Amino acid sequence: MAHAEHNASAPAILQEVKPAVLPRPVLVENNRDFGWITDKICSLIEGKTPLWWWICFVVACFVASFTVAGITYLVSTGVGVWGHSNPVNWAWDIVNFVFWIGIGHAGTLISAILCLLRQKWRTSINRAAEAMTIFAVVCAGIFPVFHVGRVWYAWYLFPIPNSNAIWQNFRSPLEWDVFAVSTYATVSICFWYVGLIPDLATLRDRFAATGNRLRAWIYGLFAMGWRGSNRHWSNYEMAYLILAGISTPLVLSVHTIVSFDFAVSLLPGWHTTIFPPYFVAGAIFSGFGMVLTLMLPLRAIYKMEDLITQYHIDCICKITLATGTMVGYAYGMEFFIAWYGANPYEGFAFINRAFGNYAWAYWIMITCNVITPQFFWFKKVRQNTALVWILSIFVNVGMWFERFVIIVTSLARDFLPSSWGYYSPSIVEIFTFFGTFGVFSVLFLLFIRFLPIMPMAEIKAVTQQADPHAGDKHA
Amino acid sequence: MPAPSYGLIATFETTAEVMHAAETVRDQGYKFWDVISPFPIHGMDRAMGMRRSKVPQVSFLGGLAGFTTGMSLIWWTGASNYKLIVGGKPYFSPMFAFPVSYELTILFTAFATIIGMFLFNRLPMHYHPVLNYEKFHRGTNDRFFIVIETRDPRFDPAATRALLEQIGGREITELED
Repeated sequence: MAHAEHNASAPAILQEVKPAVLPRPVLVENNRDFGWITDKICSLIEGKTPLWWWICFVVACFVASFTVAGITYLVSTGVGVWGHSNPVNWAWDIVNFVFWIGIGHAGTLISAILCLLRQKWRTSINRAAEAMTIFAVVCAGIFPVFHVGRVWYAWYLFPIPNSNAIWQNFRSPLEWDVFAVSTYATVSICFWYVGLIPDLATLRDRFAATGNRLRAWIYGLFAMGWRGSNRHWSNYEMAYLILAGISTPLVLSVHTIVSFDFAVSLLPGWHTTIFPPYFVAGAIFSGFGMVLTLMLPLRAIYKMEDLITQYHIDCICKITLATGTMVGYAYGMEFFIAWYGANPYEGFAFINRAFGNYAWAYWIMITCNVITPQFFWFKKVRQNTALVWILSIFVNVGMWFERFVIIVTSLARDFLPSSWGYYSPSIVEIFTFFGTFGVFSVLFLLFIRFLPIMPMAEIKAVTQQADPHAGDKHA
Repeated sequence: MPAPSYGLIATFETTAEVMHAAETVRDQGYKFWDVISPFPIHGMDRAMGMRRSKVPQVSFLGGLAGFTTGMSLIWWTGASNYKLIVGGKPYFSPMFAFPVSYELTILFTAFATIIGMFLFNRLPMHYHPVLNYEKFHRGTNDRFFIVIETRDPRFDPAATRALLEQIGGREITELED
């Protein structure tokens, strides 16, 4: 962070080799000043609630009620209302859990890994992406918690002394997953909140200046008395860097541990060493798909083209392309190992995936995940916002099907043909999953209405006028 | 001057101005003073003559505590308090205890980092004389302030005001305590 003098302390070799100067795209277009950034982002909170927001909110609440109804019915009747039965005892619940958790990963990748890599373009999308992470984890958590059946015993997942005096089985990857996901949720919320503090202070001061004392008090309460002191910024920047530093191994570990739920078992099609990196790449792929799905409408509605520029969209599309291609490689490698490993059960599992009962799901997955991102090679496609948005929907669909294919095809055809089955979801599962999109949307709409959707302080810090040496050159 | 005064506050318009001003204040030997900015300015720590933040030390202790908690929790519950054979596996092994300990390392590091940041910053502090400045809202928006406190041994009402003027500070105002 103390790189103020990089010009003076540049290595001498640079003088000799004279590296080519690459044009650095500006991150805030039209040379907007600090005040404009504050006004633009705060106006979304300060203005009157727009009509489209109310319409979306009512629709989202209606959709969310499907989850509430589905879960109420499940709790009052029993977990049998879902379509699971032998041999497919994990189905949509775990598919949906992995799907939502995976979406969250892009938020942490943007906020943590891109922070460490000094990718400054992350600043205008990281707040909303982190919010997406938290809300996605909320949706993810619903499924395993209610899949335990008697949800009032869900606290048995945690090492809390109970009347049976038995402890959790820490040899099971499912227990590791409890810790991974709850740590992920907690650290994501902490990271998000720390990032919000300076912006909450800005809102507090604006509401105080315009005489709205109630809102000034509420935002002020959460701003913790932040006053922009440089002695505070110093500790704050360090804390933020450390949070980014620990969130990086965290985000990689969470989906790794989710993949252990499968990879540590002995089932053909699950018991593979490629799972951890393959799951992480898939999670980031799906998450960036969701980032595009959410950001492009926001950018259009709020006229944020100066803050989310074409350069931002290009970067996101390229990451989607890279991770999508990694996922495609993993699909191919799984087949290769199944053949090369010469294990007949493994070989059967993969032939069955592509050509068995669930072949339709497999080919949807391949089309959406491997073919769709390849369009992002073309600049013309990346510049067509509507097309990018449509492709991002395909990515979301494809990644849901990936988890469906992995989980259901392997379970439906286990070792004994006598126990083979075919799984279809019940209406309760379908409603419950459908409703989680409403839960997510309700939370996201509340977020864009009441909190700054972009980190003002961070965006200001990457503008050209924030560089204290910008004046020196012209003086 | 009226009795309780916290200090003098001066406004600056650009990062370059406040940076050069801060360097001068540092060189004048002031101790109790501060720069207020809407975003962290690169190089300002050096311009103010500040030391590296101590937050990482707290974070490290948190991480250590997290790893130890994870390992000892799994050892105590599985190999000491209630031994149970599951799948013929050992009661304790650092291998299967690692994922949970790893997550707890991260969790405790995060808590320690945030607590450390708040402690070193002495936050939450909802009342502060600087927040009473009528134009303070510009400080979290688009202006930069330098505040020099009266408790600084080098503080002198006239001389400090002159210094702030000389380094380009505008609207020099006295803050009430």
